[in-house]
Amino acid sequence: MAEGVVAAAARVAEEEGLEEVAEVVVWIGELQQVDHGILEFALDQLRTPIMSGARFLLEPIPARLRCRACGEEWRFSPDDLDEDVSEAIHFVPEMAHVHLKCPGCGSPDFEVTEGRGVWLASIKGVKRDV
Amino acid sequence: MSDPRLEVIGRRLAGVREVVAVSSGKGGVGKSMIATVLALALRRRGLRVGLLDLDFTSPSTHIILGVEGLQPEEEKGIIPPMAHGLRYMSIVYYAIDRPAPLRGADISNAIIELMAITRWGELDCLVIDMPPGISDATLDTIRLIRGIRFMLVTTPSRVAFETVRKLLTLLRELEVPVIGVVENMVLRPSTYVRDQVEGMGAPYLGAIGFDQGLEEALGSVERLMETEFAVDVGRLASSSGLKAP
Repeated sequence: MAEGVVAAAARVAEEEGLEEVAEVVVWIGELQQVDHGILEFALDQLRTPIMSGARFLLEPIPARLRCRACGEEWRFSPDDLDEDVSEAIHFVPEMAHVHLKCPGCGSPDFEVTEGRGVWLASIKGVKRDV
Repeated sequence: MSDPRLEVIGRRLAGVREVVAVSSGKGGVGKSMIATVLALALRRRGLRVGLLDLDFTSPSTHIILGVEGLQPEEEKGIIPPMAHGLRYMSIVYYAIDRPAPLRGADISNAIIELMAITRWGELDCLVIDMPPGISDATLDTIRLIRGIRFMLVTTPSRVAFETVRKLLTLLRELEVPVIGVVENMVLRPSTYVRDQVEGMGAPYLGAIGFDQGLEEALGSVERLMETEFAVDVGRLASSSGLKAP
């Protein structure tokens, strides 16, 4: 995951003509239950020279779900999940449809309206002189 | 906004020399059997082989292989466990024998996720058991896996072949390489499928007879590889040009 974030940041920095990256904002959807400390450590280990002084800001995004069958909306909470289920959703968030049900009607046919996975949200830095 | 998963899929496949998608327009033509036995046949020829079951809603390669109790290792991603000499990845590790009622966008997301986290290492060939049809999985594998080649499976029935014709036409239009078409479950000699395939300028890889002993061999790789079906698939592996480097 960290490898992907750093690669995406490097690509965007190149596309935007940055010679130095100052800040990388990463949205972390709660559904994926990412350990922020581990991700921060990995990002720090993998940062490229252009990101040597960059701050990685990890912003948690609450996972919200909406039932397609009955319209119920609710927020995902990993607290009551078995370890196996929690791990399955961590690796492949779509496994939520396998292991979770709408609290209103019991349907697995719901959508994750927010907070599914990890996104590179924005990047700031110093542009190269043209 | 940028999706970090798309950045790493190419790196995850960097050590894989060849990716073969075993695909069809319809279900029930024997894709999973052919994909699994093809992977085992290539392994027995000394190739380093992976098998990826991308049929998320109806996975079945684990039943064919008789795989139980395996789990991937987590190490900077996921390392697929070995099953009968194959690096083996399936959604069953995470669905845990429950139904997976996934809509198209969810299937697409799950494919991207699995491709982004799975570390295949060094492989001569990765065989993909595709779900039937020409929707998300087909479009995503074409989009995500550079150099992927397709092996198409049909039965002698025109009902099955007409769906394969559409798949073949789509792959042609997208300039995706096609290894050829396999005719499975053949009960009596006929040149219909061969004529149609060759008429479209595609290789006809051969016929596989309907093997009544196959069902009883499910779950036992040793018995499976002794079937007439496995002999036919082995022949097909030779004619498809898949070989050790």
